[in-house]
Order: sequence, then C-alpha cells, then structure tokens
Amino acid sequence: MWIYEKKLQYPVRVSKCDPMMARFLIEQYGGADGELSAALRYLNQRYTIPDQVIGLLTDIGTEEFAHLEMIATMVYKLTKDATVEQLKAAGLGAHYANHDRALFYNNAAGVPWTASYIQAKGDPIADLYEDIAAEEKARATYQWLIDMTDDVDLQDSLKFLREREVVHSQRFREAVDILIQDRNTKKFF
Amino acid sequence: MNQFRVYCPFIGPFDPCPPIREKVYSTPPNLFLGFQPPGLPQFNAHEALKLGTLWPALYSPYPGKQT
Repeated sequence: MWIYEKKLQYPVRVSKCDPMMARFLIEQYGGADGELSAALRYLNQRYTIPDQVIGLLTDIGTEEFAHLEMIATMVYKLTKDATVEQLKAAGLGAHYANHDRALFYNNAAGVPWTASYIQAKGDPIADLYEDIAAEEKARATYQWLIDMTDDVDLQDSLKFLREREVVHSQRFREAVDILIQDRNTKKFF
Repeated sequence: MNQFRVYCPFIGPFDPCPPIREKVYSTPPNLFLGFQPPGLPQFNAHEALKLGTLWPALYSPYPGKQT
C-alpha cells in the first residue's frame, strides 16, 4: 500500500502563459517514455525480479507517480485559464473537442497511452535493460522540453526531473551489477 | 568531466538549409560511475533538493541546447 503526502516532490511554478507548452509537456504524461509508462512498468516488473532488487523497483516506480503529479500540475496550470481561442491557437483544439480542459493520457501528438509502451519479459536482465533505456529516453525528452521553453521557473522543475532520470538510470545499472555477480560462489584467487 | 560530446556531421554542398556544423549530445555521469562506492561526498539537504540528487558525483547540469 501507499501513503500519500499532499505535496509535490519538488515545487512547480509556471511563470509564462504558454498553452502550447502544455501540449508538448503531455509527452511526459501519457507518452511512451513518460512518467505513467515508467511507474506502471516498474511496479509491474517487480513481482518477477530477484529479491535483491524488488525494493528498488518499488521505490522508483513510486517516485515516478510523484513525477507524474508534477507534470500534471504543469499542464493544468498552463491550460486552466486558457480561452477556447487560445487552446485552438496552441494546437489543442482537437483536445478541447474531446476533453475540454481535462488532462488525458496521450502523447504530444494526441495518441492515447497504450500498454504496449511497456514490457515485462520476466527475464531480469532484459527487464532491467529496458528500464535503463527508458530512463535515458525520459532524460532526453526532458532535455528537448527544456529547449522548447524560455520560462526559467518551468525549466527549473524540468531540470530537477531530468536529474532524477540520471539517478534512476544509475540505480538500475547497479541493480544489473548486483544480479550478474555470482555472490554465492566461493572465489579462489 | 565534460558531460557533453560533440560530433561534426557531414555537410553536403547542396543542403537546403544553413548547416548546423556541430551536434552535441549529453553523456551524464551515470554512464561512468559504475557501482557507486560508499562514502562519496554529499550535497547539503537544501542543495540536494534543488539539484535533484544528494551526490555531486551524479549531478548533471543541463544548460539547454548548445547549438
């Protein structure tokens, strides 16, 4: 089970009225390498992974939900006061037609989230390598998002999220190290 | 360590747009650290929250697109 703390992992401040940026940020909400994919991927893989690294997947999967909440906050702030005309001008007319200003799990091109974005192969090495790749792809996505805005407050939160991807990748690499070492074997040198 | 690498793609004589001569990509410290050794230096709590990591050895600043 989880305990919910009613605050964001890191503050989100948006200083520029820029509904089009919401459209790009949604990539990290419902995109293939987004936070929803990450959370569901890790929290599902953890059942069939060796005991030593279950806790890591639980912790990182949980943190991904905290990141999802930060992205949702950014998107909400950028769209909640936008007029219909502003939404249309920002390329969100199709979104408005379907969802009003509600958030939805789709990527920047409007493609809805699908479970085929994630994998659970049951092979610990295959799964952890997928997780490392997912973290690097999410890091790259954050880079491109940082490049697409000049709002320094938004950039600040995005840089925090990018750094977390770097740390997560490191931890998954360490998990692979743990699993490939044959720690029960006596070694004679 | 420099956390970015640069390469120079081929520039053709008939390319339609002004060339970007140098392409830059990120090589963050997790690629080099290996299994993190115990006892590494830490940021203080306030800095760690701001930067997103407790460990200077894993800190990866991103200044925005270089080109």
